[in-house]
Formats: sequence, structure tokens, C-alpha cells
Amino acid sequence: MNFETTIGLEVHVELKTNSKIFSPSPVEFGDQPNANTNVIDWGYPGVLPTTNKGVVASGIMAALALHADIEKHNHFDRKNYFYPDNPKAYQITQAEKPIAHDGWIEVEVEGNKKKIGIAEMHIEEDAGKNTHERDHSYVDLNRQGTPLIEIVSKPDISSPDEAYAYLEALRQRIQFTGVSDVKMEEGSMRVDVNISVRPIGQKEYGTKTELKNLNSFNYVRKGLAFEEQRQQRVLMSGGTIQQETRRFDENSGKTILMRVKEGSDDYRYFPEPDLPALEISDDWIKEVRDSMPEMPANRRDRYVNDLGVTDYDAMVLTQTKEMSDFFDATVNAGADAKMAANYLQGDVNAFLNDNHLDLQDTKLTPDNLAGMVKLISDGTISSKMAKKVFKGITEGNEPKQFVEAHGLVQLSDPAKLQPIIDAILADNQQSIEDFNNGKDRAVGYLVGQIMKQTHGKANPQVVNKLLIASLKG
Amino acid sequence: MANNISQDQVKHVAELAKLELNDKQLDYFTDQLGDIIGLFETLNEVDTTDVPVTTSVSDQLNVMREDVADNWNQKEALLANAPETENGYIKVPTIIDESED
Repeated sequence: MNFETTIGLEVHVELKTNSKIFSPSPVEFGDQPNANTNVIDWGYPGVLPTTNKGVVASGIMAALALHADIEKHNHFDRKNYFYPDNPKAYQITQAEKPIAHDGWIEVEVEGNKKKIGIAEMHIEEDAGKNTHERDHSYVDLNRQGTPLIEIVSKPDISSPDEAYAYLEALRQRIQFTGVSDVKMEEGSMRVDVNISVRPIGQKEYGTKTELKNLNSFNYVRKGLAFEEQRQQRVLMSGGTIQQETRRFDENSGKTILMRVKEGSDDYRYFPEPDLPALEISDDWIKEVRDSMPEMPANRRDRYVNDLGVTDYDAMVLTQTKEMSDFFDATVNAGADAKMAANYLQGDVNAFLNDNHLDLQDTKLTPDNLAGMVKLISDGTISSKMAKKVFKGITEGNEPKQFVEAHGLVQLSDPAKLQPIIDAILADNQQSIEDFNNGKDRAVGYLVGQIMKQTHGKANPQVVNKLLIASLKG
Repeated sequence: MANNISQDQVKHVAELAKLELNDKQLDYFTDQLGDIIGLFETLNEVDTTDVPVTTSVSDQLNVMREDVADNWNQKEALLANAPETENGYIKVPTIIDESED
């Protein structure tokens, strides 16, 4: 029996606003528990929530980045549930009329491009955080009311690899809008997945299971791959899939049954009476669209077509908006695009990894990187000297000044190099004979001698040219 | 006003509200909720054919505030109203994790 797989992903993204979605409490992480809460966050009787305009604007921008249709008339709904992470006993969300619907993003798996549909995107509030200890649980409501967008895919995803590609593309596009950090490790991106399989040709979807504890894109892919196989095995052996929630175990790579779902959830949604409806005007959408940063796919096209970097380079450079912006600024400051691309992927990335830094937390500037690249391009410094200069610019030094201060200027003037070459040749008759006998290794030896004589400052290309000319002459 | 709501429905609502009802309370609340629902059913006498759903009784639109943070510093006052606290946290009986996003 052959099967096809259907995967659905619900992604929660925490918006990077100054204040909460319905109260002016600050959105800050790492503060003392409950420090950023007020009577609205705690759901005290008689308080009146007010919608944060910045959240709606971020929602519009995210919707545009996902090619979604924006719902002009939308409102909030109450989702009722009792749990100590939310003292109001309801979450304000959008159930009936989400802010956006019917979007898509393009993914690429093994060279094949595919559009994955987005069913809907809504804005809602996050809940507080519980920590559990043996005898008690502890509640911190700082996160309560932090704005979220939830992005629900259409059942278009048909493999774990596609799910991975979808998450990567989604993360990138949202990251480039700047509305969220979208970092799974920091909880600003959270992924819920469900998966079902069915024999090819069967019309109805198979019974789906839900997976929890997927803390990275890689675990999403692994968990889905395991679950895909497990469901197929169950069906092949004549069993049935139950609707259940399973937990991914990082150590074994398996999914483990958490609980079987009985009946459907009963959240008794109704329109939120405390918040007036939203009407999103075309003018507002246009305003947001005009302020939207260029998306990664457009940047990749531009890098390849206008700047002549490779597809692979373009892909790496658009992993984050910071890297891409930095590259753009470096090129705008006059650096050769290919060299700038190489430095960003090589030395800069290594530097960031070694020091566990994000680009924006360093002293590197596009101007200084461009300055260094230009010094290499015009032959002032060798790529070997550039290693030292690079260290200098990571410490915030201006490359030209750094080069002068450290005497790193490359010796490229033939009038100065020729006498040195002549002297070296005079001392190395054996090498000249070797060269004449066809031993090319002699050239390398002689270049080494010249470099030694000049303390590494001689321009290797110029030396090579002059040396060969002298040997042949 | 019987039969507006069944005992099973009342049990279900109680479970959603994390309430435990004994048999006597179940009888009592089934009757009481039945009466309340009966009262609301008076509204069914109004013909609402072709009337759009009312999602808000206010005709206001787009009441929003700018995204400016303002900490009202109510932490201590709020915690003072919590039944139990510890180190700035609200302390509650042990709960199993079934949190919603």
C-alpha cells in the first residue's frame, strides 16, 4: 500500500512591540516575575482593554509578507478556558474573522519550488508562564497579553522536508518584516504540528495526531518523519490511528503518546464585547506596504542578477535581515559584491560563531568592511594582511588608519621591488638553474625569499610577475 | 421550566469551569440554569430574519492606542490580592501542563 501524507502547521509568532496587545504594560523579557503586569493583564473586574495600534500594523505587515488577503472588517473573540496561566479565564483572539486569510509562501525542496497555502492568520494575546515544582506551581504573568500572530497553513504540506522548508521560509519572511525576532530557542516562534496519512486515492484525510515538544525546525522534521512511518505501520498492520497528542522525545527521536483526545474542544467563543471592531482602510494597508522592507526572495534575485553573486551566496546572505542589510550597506559603501559576500560568509560568520554574537551586537560596520575590501581590491593590502585588518575592524577600527598604524601597506611598486628581486636572484644561482631546467618549484622558493626579505609586505602578484620576467630575461 | 438543559450539559459546563458538583447541587443548578435559559428564550419571540449578527453593541470603530509602554507599577498591589505568593510569583496548587497558546 502506498500512502500520502498531510501535514498542518500552526505557528505562533510573538510580536516585538513596546507594549502589550490590550494594555500599556511593557513587553520586556527577563524582568522580575509579574513586574510588567497591571490590572488589565490580571483581568480585574471593570477594566477596559484597548487595542494596541502597533499590533494591528504588525499584523497587516505580516499578512502582506505572506501574500494574504486582509480582512477589512474584523473583530476579536473570547476563547473561554480555565487555566492558571490566564487569570481572565479567557484569551482574546480572533476566531470568526481573522485579520488575514488565503495567503501563500513559496518553498523549495530539492530544487522543486512549491507554493504552500496559508489558511488564515490572526492576532491574539499570549498567556502567562507557569513553572512547576513538586508541591506547587508558580505563575508569572509578564508574558500575559504579549501580542502574538498565529499562522495556520493549508493542508498543502506533504512531507517532513516540506514542513521544514515551510518553517524556514516563514521564519525568514517574518524576520525580514521586522515585526518579530522569530527565534524558536527564545520562544518568539512556536510550532504546533499535526499529521495524517492515507492510502493514495482515498478521498478523506486520515485521522491526524498532534505533536508537542518540537523545539527546533530539525525536531519538527524528525518528529514528523517518525510519525509518518509509525502511522503507515499501524495502517499496514490493519490498525487504526486514534486522535491523540504525542510528545517528541529528543533522545530517542521517537514520538510518545501523551493523551488521547476525547471529544472536541469546547471554547465557547463569542465576540469580545470590550473591544470595538476594527476597520482596516486601504490607506492604512498602503502605508504599511510602503514601509515594508524588501523580502528575502526579492533580495536573492537582486543579488544574483544585479550583483553577480552565486545562488548559494544569495541564500546564505538572506538568512537574516541583519546579514542582508549589512551586505547591502557594504556594497553601497563601494565594496566589490563578491568579495563582500565572501567575507560575510567566511570571516564574519566565523567571528560571530566563535564569539556567540549577532551581527548587530558587534563593532563591525558596513563602512569598515567595505573599506577593508577596497584596500584588498586596490592592492594596498594582501589577503593575508587582511586577516589582521579584519581583527582590527571587529574591534571598531577604521581600516585605512589601522593599516597605516600597523605598517601593513603592501609593497606593490615595481621600482622598489625590482632591486630586492635582483639581489635575491644574485644570491640564488642554483634556483635560476633549476628554473631553466623546468623546475617550477624554484619560483615558489624565490617568492618565499622575497616575502621573507620584505617581511611579508611584498605584493605576491607583482612579485610573481617581476620575478618570472627577470628569470626569463 | 424543565428540559431547557440536561443534567449532562450542566455536568459538562461544570467540568469546563473546573467545578465539582454533588448530586444535590447538580439538581439545583440544572433547574436554575433551565430557568435562566427559559427566560432568555423570550428573545426568540422576536423575528430576526435578515438581521445581521450583532458582534458589538457599540457603534465605535478602531478605538486604538499608540504602541507606547507605560508600567503602572501595580505588581505589589496585585500580588497582595493573590491568595498565596512566593518570590514575586503567584503560588497555586500543582497543575499539570495543558497550557494554551
